[in-house]
Amino acid sequence: MSDTVKKATRDGYGDGLVKLAELRPDMVVLDADLAAATKTGVFAKVNPEKFFNCGIQEQNMMGVAAGVASTGKLVFASSFAMFAAGRAFEIIRNSIAYPKLNVKIGATHGGISVGEDGASHQCNEDIALMRVIPNMTIINPSDYIEAEAAVLAMAEHIGPAYLRFGRLAAPVFNDNPDYCFKIGKGNQLRDGNDAAIIATGLMVSEALSAHDELKERGINARVINIHTIKPLDKEIIINAAKETGKIITVEEHSVIGGLGSAVCDVLSEVYPIPVKKIGVEDVFGYSGPAAELLKKFGLSCECIVKAVMS
Amino acid sequence: MTQKEKLELQITACKVRIGIIEGTYNAKCGHPGGSLGMSDTLTYLYMKHMNIDPNNPNNPKRDRFVLSKGHNAPALYSVLAQRGYFPVDELKTLRKIGSRLQGHPVMGSVPGVDFSTGSLGQGFSAACGMALSGKSDNSSYKVYTFLGDGEIQEGQVWEAAMFAAHYKLNNLIAFVDNNGLQIDGRVEDVMSLGSIQGKFEAFGWNVICIDGHDFEQIENALKETAQSSDKPSVIVQKTIKGKGVAFMEDKAAWHGTAPNKEQYISAMAELKARIAVLEAGEGGEK
Repeated sequence: MSDTVKKATRDGYGDGLVKLAELRPDMVVLDADLAAATKTGVFAKVNPEKFFNCGIQEQNMMGVAAGVASTGKLVFASSFAMFAAGRAFEIIRNSIAYPKLNVKIGATHGGISVGEDGASHQCNEDIALMRVIPNMTIINPSDYIEAEAAVLAMAEHIGPAYLRFGRLAAPVFNDNPDYCFKIGKGNQLRDGNDAAIIATGLMVSEALSAHDELKERGINARVINIHTIKPLDKEIIINAAKETGKIITVEEHSVIGGLGSAVCDVLSEVYPIPVKKIGVEDVFGYSGPAAELLKKFGLSCECIVKAVMS
Repeated sequence: MTQKEKLELQITACKVRIGIIEGTYNAKCGHPGGSLGMSDTLTYLYMKHMNIDPNNPNNPKRDRFVLSKGHNAPALYSVLAQRGYFPVDELKTLRKIGSRLQGHPVMGSVPGVDFSTGSLGQGFSAACGMALSGKSDNSSYKVYTFLGDGEIQEGQVWEAAMFAAHYKLNNLIAFVDNNGLQIDGRVEDVMSLGSIQGKFEAFGWNVICIDGHDFEQIENALKETAQSSDKPSVIVQKTIKGKGVAFMEDKAAWHGTAPNKEQYISAMAELKARIAVLEAGEGGEK
């Protein structure tokens, strides 16, 4: 694993948008006064005529996005996860998802790794909120490469999608020629039959580190990257349950309603086995450097190792 | 507008009202009050004004209509049926299982419905998005949207109002249906609005105030909006909730209540009698 290069998934979002604009001339990008942070500003610089700042009005922005999409265009609407999924939830539900409009919500600053801004900005609920909305596709890329691939995949994807990106520069590990991104298809990154670590987003690189540490202790842990939370790759999860008998889910999100819950939903009906969910417990976060917060909240390689060993 | 044209519009508006009564009576629920009140303007828009074609409802160049006050779907469905988008008889399926005439409008299922609405304030933002898209393509279509006066209590409405002025969406024409009533009573008692005109003017809109039951005023207001070079326009129209059915007029109770059989018979008799008078050429007053 080449963990020397670190880049935030939000950078993959911005760079992906620039590349996508060449494939889709009908594309429009909206932001709510956070273009510098969400990286839609990178797109705006190259395509000023296709970028519209909505000011600090996330609710109206989602409605505008729906209206533009209703005229046949591909629309991205961006803000922080907290304000996109949180504040504008009902507009996303009623104006975007219900009429199945082609709006892609680019939500950056997901999870606790927002860091110093504190709990008001640390969104650990967005995946849960988006999962309950019919017609919604949810993608949570694990690194810069995957973030860009997810954006480019939107060229062919029709309908509402929620793309979650992180603020923190994180290891880039998908930079290999075999890398393939397919919506709804999990990637098995490491083989192993002693346990399966099913991770998403920022936690995938931690899961890979955990795999290496466990290997030194003679434990072969399978690592699966679930970038698409919905529709979920049920097959890869059920196979992991059958072949390893022990599942650990890891996500930078509440343990309620996110990847862990989605995995349990599948397994409880098809192949019930114990699942250990690692995520943010049912609490709010607080200010601090991202790396320290991740450790404090148990979102680290060490915690994954401990969960597999127990 | 000639006297003959005016009579024709008045007759059609009565037919639109009959469709509203048919729909809500058969559904045993729905929102007849506001629907009746906005029927005159809707009739003018769909019969005289908008660049639309029932045979090509998805034409990208068409004018758009967004019923932001989505609960008045009975009025929208009824005028669409009168305009030939689907059979008038289908209005009786309103709100029934399997019907495409859902309680609130759904785009894609009903020809002529340009956006899904029902949650107040949201249609206005969508209309802004359509207007923004048209303007950035240099497309000539216009976007019409209808808001209730109660609806403008929603914060999202003022986000959209600011947005439309900022992007100079002069291809956007909003109506505020100022009937002074909302579900819980008089707007002034529930949450007073102050000056609707003053608010929109302060947001940078071209504001026109009219009587929403006077076809000449409706026509002139719409002509005036075409002159706006860099501002979105809002037509604040005074209307009477329940207009055209005497026992429903200006009563908040008819916001979301369907007529029973006796009331249905009475309302239909009144509207049909009105059509007979108009057809005899004796109408013409408001």
